[in-house]
Amino acid sequence: MSTNAQKRGFGATLWDYLTTVDHKKIAHLYLIAGGLFFLIGGLEALFIRIQLLKPNNDFVSAGLFNELLTMHGTTMIFLAAMPLVFAFMNAVMPLQIGARDVAFPFLNSLGFWLFLFGGLFLNLSWFLDAAPNAGWTSYASLSIAQTGHGIDFYALGLQIAGLGTLIGGINFLVTIINMRAPGMTYMRMPMFTWTTFVVSALILFAFPPLTVGLFLMTFDRMFGANFFDAAMGGNTIIWEHFFWIFGHPEVYILILPAFGIFSEIFAIFSRKRLFGYSSMVFATVLIGFLGFMVWAHHMFTTGLGPIANSIFAVATMAIAVPTGIKIFNWLFTMWGGSIRFTTPMLWAVAFIPSFLMGGVTGVMLGSAAQDYQYHDTYFVVAHFHYVIVGGVVFALFAGAHLYWPKMFGTMLNEVLGKITFVLFFVGFHMTFFIQHFLGLWGMPRRVFTYLPGQGFETSNVVSSIGAFLMAAGVIVLLINVIITSVKNEKVGNDPWGDGRTLEWALSSPPPYYNFKQLPLVRGLDAYWIEKMEGKKGMTPAEPLGDIHMPNNSFIPFLISLGLFIAAFGAMYHGDEGNTWGIPVLIFGLLFTIGSMFVRSIKDDHGYHIPKEELIDDNDKGVKA
Amino acid sequence: MANGQINSGNPRVDIEYRRKKNAEEMKHQVITFALMIFLTLIAFVAVAYEGFTGWFIVPFILLLAGVQVVFQLFYFMHMSHEGHEAPKLFMYTGVLIAFVTILCYTTIIWW
Amino acid sequence: MHVEEKMTVETWPAAPEKQTLEAKNKFLGFWLFLGGETVLFASLFATYLALKDSVPRSDMPLAKDLFEIPLVFAMTMILLTSSLTSVYAMYHMKNFSFKKMQVWLGITVVLGLAFLGLEIYEFNHYVHEFGHTFTSSAFGSAFYTLVGFHGAHVAFGLLWITTLIIRNSKRGLNLYNAPKYYVASLYWHFIDVVWVFIFTVVYLMGMVG
Repeated sequence: MSTNAQKRGFGATLWDYLTTVDHKKIAHLYLIAGGLFFLIGGLEALFIRIQLLKPNNDFVSAGLFNELLTMHGTTMIFLAAMPLVFAFMNAVMPLQIGARDVAFPFLNSLGFWLFLFGGLFLNLSWFLDAAPNAGWTSYASLSIAQTGHGIDFYALGLQIAGLGTLIGGINFLVTIINMRAPGMTYMRMPMFTWTTFVVSALILFAFPPLTVGLFLMTFDRMFGANFFDAAMGGNTIIWEHFFWIFGHPEVYILILPAFGIFSEIFAIFSRKRLFGYSSMVFATVLIGFLGFMVWAHHMFTTGLGPIANSIFAVATMAIAVPTGIKIFNWLFTMWGGSIRFTTPMLWAVAFIPSFLMGGVTGVMLGSAAQDYQYHDTYFVVAHFHYVIVGGVVFALFAGAHLYWPKMFGTMLNEVLGKITFVLFFVGFHMTFFIQHFLGLWGMPRRVFTYLPGQGFETSNVVSSIGAFLMAAGVIVLLINVIITSVKNEKVGNDPWGDGRTLEWALSSPPPYYNFKQLPLVRGLDAYWIEKMEGKKGMTPAEPLGDIHMPNNSFIPFLISLGLFIAAFGAMYHGDEGNTWGIPVLIFGLLFTIGSMFVRSIKDDHGYHIPKEELIDDNDKGVKA
Repeated sequence: MANGQINSGNPRVDIEYRRKKNAEEMKHQVITFALMIFLTLIAFVAVAYEGFTGWFIVPFILLLAGVQVVFQLFYFMHMSHEGHEAPKLFMYTGVLIAFVTILCYTTIIWW
Repeated sequence: MHVEEKMTVETWPAAPEKQTLEAKNKFLGFWLFLGGETVLFASLFATYLALKDSVPRSDMPLAKDLFEIPLVFAMTMILLTSSLTSVYAMYHMKNFSFKKMQVWLGITVVLGLAFLGLEIYEFNHYVHEFGHTFTSSAFGSAFYTLVGFHGAHVAFGLLWITTLIIRNSKRGLNLYNAPKYYVASLYWHFIDVVWVFIFTVVYLMGMVG
């Protein structure tokens, strides 16, 4: 085990990342994997927009279009947005609460590898057989009728990835409840930590219904069950409910961390304490709670009846209240502040009107009677891209610029960052604003083409140009990342100069044990308080002592690999003349259980960093 | 039982005390178990006995099941002890969402 | 306090399952997992209730044709008793009586095996006597999925507890394995909680009609 940064070969670095249980390195893994899937999902989006550039286009076939559309949605939600959010949670949350690592470092690594193998499995569908093609919602009446293995890839891949997410959620919850530094009470936790907490609770309760739904789908398609087959007594609405009991909390799982990141940014770059901190906490919890009570607003036209529709419509509109509280709090945080328009701040300021528009169309859609008009039109497409891109993706860009120094020790170039912002911001509104009108004019969503002379031509051209502007913005960001990495100019603890929370009290990137001595937290914005009193760093809450660290492990990789192998067996066993399916399924499961068994019987007590070593690489005194 | 150790300074006395406390708790567990068996018996008898209508039996046995689960959680799984605040919060939330889910599937699924 | 330290009756703490930070994390994390499991089983119950007696042909068996009181009663008694035996095991853990704890856990495993055997017999019976299979109807799919998920949990629990018994047989109790035993017993109780609802909702309510 190497204890300090030395030059190492590629093989050693690779092995380090394959076995790491350090939350900061797992954050890197999530960022890289999520970023890669984000690019893949973005390419799929570009293909969609090229196909819709003109009427009767034949850039892709109708079948391929369905696959692109399904994979764009699935990839962006499950394989890009979720892991990128997880990247920031992993990188920042343990630092913000003053912990040396997460509660279960081993499970943290397991969560990542499950996600990655699930994502790989899903994307292998492009090369084997066919990609999923029933939309990201994969409604059962359509998806059990699809031939080929596309939907099987969806059901099995998401099952594996979803397991990883669930593990991650439990891990974060325990970390926040049990591992806060001395003095870090719940009501002193930074907003991003609070949103991580609420989001993890949502994951804990929202993913089991998805797990069950995916199991039912798997059993129906691969093992001859009849859950969704009406001819055998089944009922397709079961899938719809499970999907949305999961799916609605899922969108809050994405947006709440975005709120958290923006709350940090507004406070840092307005150089002011977050306005209405306690009401922010309250609003976050309330949004999390209401998020479970509104799923059927995705199903207004399913025919649940007027009573159910009314209840869910009212509940849906109620969510606008806590969200409104947040919007006003952010505005009041900026009010009278000494604002610096850095790249993260630009994204944050742009987020407010963009997200607000998505929120307003959300309330429109939440009215059940109106929803019959909007349902399955481009209006809906415009709405959810306004909340997910205008909210989540903006936050991911903002977070990437804000936390880049904390994750990698270098600053992204501000000029290039602002160019990315302008390109993406303009492109985003060009692409999606016009889609509101396309929807109102009657263009249905999920169609692979449209006829000339219906008034859709110009608007679709505008929309497609916008998509290319967004792509240009992303390319500029990639160039920025490359330039920054090549230059490799290391920065100090608090490169933005106005950091408020504990992570900015540590070096960039922090040492692998995070805190030499756990810090004493004396209030909200712990580091800011110390700075205002003229101190350089945090006051330690404990004497310097040995630090207990977990050992690296390759077992998470193996556990995930077993499920990956088993998924192939499950998928192909039903094919005509297939003999290897069941043995492979059993082998894969045994492989996973065997790996868990090894983990279980081999004691792993971790190791200690001796006090002397900590004193050695200390400049002087306390660098908590 | 408190999280930390009970300490009177004299280890022998402590052990005696704790043994007695544990034994007493175990006695309560056995009583709980007897009650659970009793409730189960009533549920089975209510179903086996021909005289009741379904309108009475179904809510009745669901209530018995609910009581029995409370016994399991609070006594067998020690949720009544201190230091279970977070487990309680999350179990209650889980039960609430479980309830909403089951309510949905018994009311607004197409029949 | 080092987790591997050799403990004695005198040094054994009152709450051995929560002495170290790792143990506290394990304890809490496992409870949260059970919160998620609650929703998982609720989803399966919901599916079962939505598809109960939903069969394609009128000559196929329904819940009231299938279930019989004696078998379900025996399974229920066995599982409830196994819950008590694991409580006994934890009682002895707190008293630092390692041998007794192992014995009670062994009894728990035997009872669990008996339960599983009866369940296999039961499924076999339905398949061969009634033609009620996983693929014969939506009712069948939902029934076997719900009860089978529970059965799989029992099987996993047996593997888990057996592994613990064997792995630690030579070295006795310490603060490293005490929390492991404790969460395994929590898991076993949770299986019982689920079964209470299965025998009520699936079997008893099925017989009522």
